[in-house]
Amino acid sequence: MHAFATILGDDKAVLQPDHRPWPRYQVDEAAWIRAAHAMRNGVCTLVGYWGEAKQVHLALATASYDALCVLSLACPEGHFPSIALVHLPAARLERTIADLFHLRARGAADLRPWLDHGRWAAGVGAAPAGSAYAFLPVEGESLHQIPVGPVHAGIIEPGHFRFTACGETVVRLEERLGYVHKGIERLMAGASLAKAARLAGRISGDSTVAYAIAFAGAIEAATATRVPPRAQWLRGLMAELERIANHLGDIGAICNDAAFSVMLAHCGLLREQVLRAAEACFGHRLMMDRVVPGGVATDLTDAGAVHIEALIGEIRRCLPPLISLYDNAASLQDRTVGTGFLRPELATRFGCGGVVGRASGRAIDVRRRPSYPPYDQLAFDVPVLMQGDVNARVWIRIREVECSLALMTQMLRRLPAGPLATTIAAGDNAGSPQEGMALVEGFRGDILVWVRLNPDGSIDRCHPRDPSWFQWPLLETVIDGNIVADFPLCNKSFNCSYSGHDL
Amino acid sequence: MAVVNDIIIQALQMLLVVAVAPGLTGFVRWVKARLLRRRGPSLLQPYRDLYRLLRKEVVLAESSSWLFRAVPYMTFTAIWVAAALIPTFATGTMFSWSADMIAIVALLGTARFFLALAGLDVGTSFGGIGSSREMMIASVAEPAMLMAVFTLSLLAGSTQLSSVAHFMLTQHVGLRISLGLVLVALLIVAVAENARIPVDNPATHLELTMVHEAMVLEYSGRHLAMIEAAAFLKLLLYASLLACVFLPWGTAAVGDGPVAYGIGIVAYLAKLTIAGGLLAVFETSIAKMRVFRVPEFLGAALMLGLLGTLLLFVSRSL
Repeated sequence: MHAFATILGDDKAVLQPDHRPWPRYQVDEAAWIRAAHAMRNGVCTLVGYWGEAKQVHLALATASYDALCVLSLACPEGHFPSIALVHLPAARLERTIADLFHLRARGAADLRPWLDHGRWAAGVGAAPAGSAYAFLPVEGESLHQIPVGPVHAGIIEPGHFRFTACGETVVRLEERLGYVHKGIERLMAGASLAKAARLAGRISGDSTVAYAIAFAGAIEAATATRVPPRAQWLRGLMAELERIANHLGDIGAICNDAAFSVMLAHCGLLREQVLRAAEACFGHRLMMDRVVPGGVATDLTDAGAVHIEALIGEIRRCLPPLISLYDNAASLQDRTVGTGFLRPELATRFGCGGVVGRASGRAIDVRRRPSYPPYDQLAFDVPVLMQGDVNARVWIRIREVECSLALMTQMLRRLPAGPLATTIAAGDNAGSPQEGMALVEGFRGDILVWVRLNPDGSIDRCHPRDPSWFQWPLLETVIDGNIVADFPLCNKSFNCSYSGHDL
Repeated sequence: MAVVNDIIIQALQMLLVVAVAPGLTGFVRWVKARLLRRRGPSLLQPYRDLYRLLRKEVVLAESSSWLFRAVPYMTFTAIWVAAALIPTFATGTMFSWSADMIAIVALLGTARFFLALAGLDVGTSFGGIGSSREMMIASVAEPAMLMAVFTLSLLAGSTQLSSVAHFMLTQHVGLRISLGLVLVALLIVAVAENARIPVDNPATHLELTMVHEAMVLEYSGRHLAMIEAAAFLKLLLYASLLACVFLPWGTAAVGDGPVAYGIGIVAYLAKLTIAGGLLAVFETSIAKMRVFRVPEFLGAALMLGLLGTLLLFVSRSL
């Protein structure tokens, strides 16, 4: 409460009951604008920003993430004061609110639709059908445009990148996303708990464990469910397996974008071993649907624990030669060092989490703070670098793989016995809705999931916010002044999610 | 009778280069795959690819002109002729009087010129990027190649490849610094001209980093087959050129019997295998360089060629 006292001001902010674990306040427009200024001044960080019918919500954290809160503003007139006008990182979220809920941000500079490409069924979207998207104008001598995507030469997710270049030097990059909009939030509304959990696991397939933990965490917070310790520790184990698999894949893929395919081949082998271990221990290579609200669906057998121990040993044995190969390949270092520099102040202003933020000096890891079980009982490092280039992002990934290995060793050693899951007791709240929120560190960064449950236990409203929301805009700034041919390297070192962002 | 023989051998040479070229590329790909601990495609895969492309429908951009359709054939022809001129398994073939190194450079230059025009013809941004990058590379690679040619011709007293090969075989050339410099220069040019790592990545799917591939991105069907075949031939051409000048052993000479020709062919294939293997190892051990580093890289080749010529003059004391 005290952390946000200046924003909340006098007694006009009304604390909402049944929002856990962090408070939610119903505020007026003055407090809303104070929050925007607090974010701009760096006192607070924007963590989430979403709408629903006639209401917008803003999740805030203090700069060090030791306190969070949600501000809600009713907008019966269908509009609300723009946060983006004061604090730019909110811009795309605000445009999304306009697309999905027809709530207009008053005073916003950018009124173009974002996720809505004018192709939704009549009456659903706000964008006029068939109108061309107006890219920001760029003027100058001998500039040319290079449109890339949404269909790419490789098998990757769809996104459009509009480069304006002067020769080979990029003057401006503008992203156009939303091609994989699946209507997740609408599918969630009214869904049963089981169906919604499955949906949450499919928002971004490569972080299915992190999303499932975040969704389960939000549900458990809303219903004040106590999860058995063994389930919490198994969740941690799965999350670290997922993190290692993705980081290994990314390290190899970044090097491969500089045509250094040896790294990809060897990292690919290691990643495959992680996936096979996941399959052997939890019955699914990506561990999809293994985390359920209330606990986990699969237990780790003794044989499985031995398997993971062996995997840890194998990675510990194979990784150091790969790291020294990366570090000693001068031709590769020449590509990664100094390329795609992200300024630390931008990473901080955008609340950019995960590898991208930590490579630019933003020492935020939600496993550490605000923390959640089992990480509150574990010792681990949060590697941070200041260089902010592609090389730094590779190194953060390497260090995080090492940290995750250490974490998994600890978890295997201290894995408590006990039941795997408990039932969710939803709906016994005297008819008033239960709300919960969770912040979970996926391999890309902090995933936020906010839910409101109906009295009958089904989902009323669920908002998942991918870490990529605060990373995609930074990719645009990172490429400025670099050459066009370095974009794939920058892009891969960010490795933002399209699916999680487009919802 | 001698004339008939000459014609047969020249025809054999022309067919040999076309027949072997996809195999060489297939071999390089296979070695690279093995080095990356993959099983690798069959050596015949490039042949199958060409066959597949030849049967496929051609998709033409609406904005393309006749030039776009003609260029694949022109490119292929120019490079085929150039490749057929290089003494592979035998020197002194029928057209060897025209196997002039400068003519070969000119033929390659012509092919590239038209390909770059075709890249621009469609008017897509990738074609433009590819053409502009290709010409940037060519503008340094071609002088470097010519410098190397000058050094060689000064040494051998002729720009004809047959004579150069003959000179290298018969004269006691020994180790010469100039030759070493020329070898390195030619290797650098060969890597750049064939769009190999570190200058270009022939296997990339990243549109923004492509050079050669971006230029030919709009091609499909039999046109693409022609361009692919031309690329295969070009790789073979450079391998043959290096083999002919620096490893001329085993090559049959004028008037040799069929056995000598047989030995020549076996020796030639062995040389190609070595060249392909070395290329694969080199490519695996290095990352692609930034586009703007390429002129520096090729500038080194130019300087090496120049140094070779200078050293030759100095050692001969004019």
